[in-house]
Amino acid sequence: MLTVATGNKAVAAAVKAAKPAVVAAYPITPQTEIVEQIAEYVTSGEMDARYIPVESEHSAMTACIGASITGVRSFTATSSHGLLYMHEMLHWAAGARLPIVMANVNRALGPGWNVWAEHSDAFSQRDTGWIQIFVGTVQEAYDTTLMAFRIAEDQGVLLPVMVNLDGFTLSHIMQSLETLDPGDYIPPLVLPHRIDTENPAGYGTLTGPADYFKFRWGMEKAMRTAPSVIRDAEEEFFRRFGRRYGPVEEYLCEDADVVVVALGTLGVEAEVAVDLLRKEGIKAGSMRIRWFRPFPDLDVAGRDLVVLDRGYSFGFGGVLSDSIRSRYPSASIYSVVAGLGGQEVTYDDIADFIRDRKMGEEYWFGVDA
Amino acid sequence: MIRMAEIPKEEYLEKCTTACAGCTSSLTLRYVLKAAGPDTVLVVPACCTSILQGTYPNTAFSVPVYNIAFAAAAACASGMSEAFSSIGKKTNVIVYAGDGGTVDIGIQALSGALERGTDFLYICYDNEAYGNTGMQRSGATPMGARTTTTPGGKTDAKKDIDRIVAAHNIPYQATATPAYPKDLFDKVKTALATPGPSFIHVLAPCPPGWRIASDMSVAVGKMAVKTGSWVLWERKYGELSISAPSKGAMKKRAPLREYLSLQGRFKGISESVVNELEQSIEKNLARLAKEEAGEC
Ligand SMILES: Cc1ncc(C[n+]2csc(CCOP(=O)(O)OP(=O)(O)O)c2C)c(N)n1
Ligand code: SF4
Ligand SMILES: [Mg+2]
Repeated sequence: MLTVATGNKAVAAAVKAAKPAVVAAYPITPQTEIVEQIAEYVTSGEMDARYIPVESEHSAMTACIGASITGVRSFTATSSHGLLYMHEMLHWAAGARLPIVMANVNRALGPGWNVWAEHSDAFSQRDTGWIQIFVGTVQEAYDTTLMAFRIAEDQGVLLPVMVNLDGFTLSHIMQSLETLDPGDYIPPLVLPHRIDTENPAGYGTLTGPADYFKFRWGMEKAMRTAPSVIRDAEEEFFRRFGRRYGPVEEYLCEDADVVVVALGTLGVEAEVAVDLLRKEGIKAGSMRIRWFRPFPDLDVAGRDLVVLDRGYSFGFGGVLSDSIRSRYPSASIYSVVAGLGGQEVTYDDIADFIRDRKMGEEYWFGVDA
Repeated sequence: MIRMAEIPKEEYLEKCTTACAGCTSSLTLRYVLKAAGPDTVLVVPACCTSILQGTYPNTAFSVPVYNIAFAAAAACASGMSEAFSSIGKKTNVIVYAGDGGTVDIGIQALSGALERGTDFLYICYDNEAYGNTGMQRSGATPMGARTTTTPGGKTDAKKDIDRIVAAHNIPYQATATPAYPKDLFDKVKTALATPGPSFIHVLAPCPPGWRIASDMSVAVGKMAVKTGSWVLWERKYGELSISAPSKGAMKKRAPLREYLSLQGRFKGISESVVNELEQSIEKNLARLAKEEAGEC
């Protein structure tokens, strides 16, 4: 069905289509619309799920864990401080190999209070063992939320998936949306280690170093399997529903001398900047990275990369730049720290970053004189 | 009881907050600060009060405000209170938190601070939902009320935070509402004069959340008391006394419907939910009367 929706409404609609048994969530700006919409679906009977209005995000994630280990599908959504407040249980969910899906509406962190877009919330959970993806459009938020269940629940993966969408610049903007019936695109969930009184076991029992190490290796093996599962999920999505996605959305990259690398809506904005620069004869392109963990392969050889960093590791560098640099040590990078706390970054600004690039350097847009 | 004319003229809440018209949470704070005076620090978790201060570099408050994470206010106040006392300062440390920050996400930190005997005043202004994020249900939302996450009316009862706090046996505990400002003012004074932890739970009608006209919030607060939906009392060192406005109301209660029908959030409430609310009022009043008479 073709309609118009905000990013938040698209996520809620996708969750409805994926039919989780349990949704446990806590409101926080700018995610609230997802929670409210799902509460509405459940109240009106459009969605046959248990909705648990928990008292905190720590409990939201923990309730999803409790539900998931019984072998049912579960979902939550959060943002910013809510994601941070879940931190302990994010490690738990991944370590317990539970295919929970969560939408995280990217927002800056206090103090001072700031409700606008930034990626620090997701970056600060980078090493929890969650698969992380960043989306750039309303349709992509919908499609990717559906894919997330399939990927998380794949027997070779069984890791939780976080779908990131930018606060306000995606969560609250309206675009056209085609909803669909996923049918058996998301097969029924089979959790091999689900709680089963016929087959009793201890879960999370005191574990010595040798076994513990094996469990961690299992998580990493799942992360290494994930790229092929993701590719397959994207391929199958295209085959069934006609929209193609990849780990990286490349735009005019083939002959590009300089490529903007960004996540989320900044990456969509970058495509407009590329069009502007092409008109000036500058061979620019853009790469919008979708899958942030596991990190995708990038074609970085022989070109300048202008990386838009919407989150920072203080005392070290922009988080996206660092991921690229450590994977491709010889990459030529100009790191632009931009868009923190919802700072407006237009395609004109991005075009300027490219024109004025100083390779090997870092630039804090708007504050670094 | 203090007379209205004796309440200090000084204002610590400037007339430039970004609160909604008719906001009684900010009206409450106005009286709290008049009672507390300038040697006061407010500790504020995420809530409407974090927004209505205005935007940096401005602030509508003329006492220092320490904004802190949603779950964390009472723990922050613990540290601040111990620190002030370690350097011999008598500065009032007041947590000013919403119902969500108190009965839901902040309850662990609150319980810890009360149990440790922290010298501070914790004020929970209760607008019975998450105002900051657009009126989702909280544990303090009454049964039957529609919120954005309970579009069909809340099915669970309001959490009785006062009895939870009472189980910590703190020196001073009270309820209030700014519809009775003299009562509120006196209670803040008493709380601050009492060493150790104090807790005041304030019913704060909220025009957008309760779906009432902005000039009706004080009248709705009065009606809450007159119907017994909200009971004013204080407990000093374990001795409960029911406050004058509620004493009067208990003699001849206004019908509950008169309170509910003033508010859009209760529109379409079923007879059976009204009965449940009525029964819980009767139970609460009987329990308080018994306690006051020393019968429990
Ligand atoms: C960990 C965390 N979760 C969620 C939020 C979002 N949030 C901010 S204020 C608020 C509700 C506050 O409700 P209440 O305490 O009743 O105060 P009110 O807004 O009604 O004044 C929420 C959910 C947050 N800031 N931090
Ligand atoms: S939503 Fe309610 S409590 Fe919050 S500022 Fe407005 S009137 Fe006050
Ligand atoms: Mg509230």
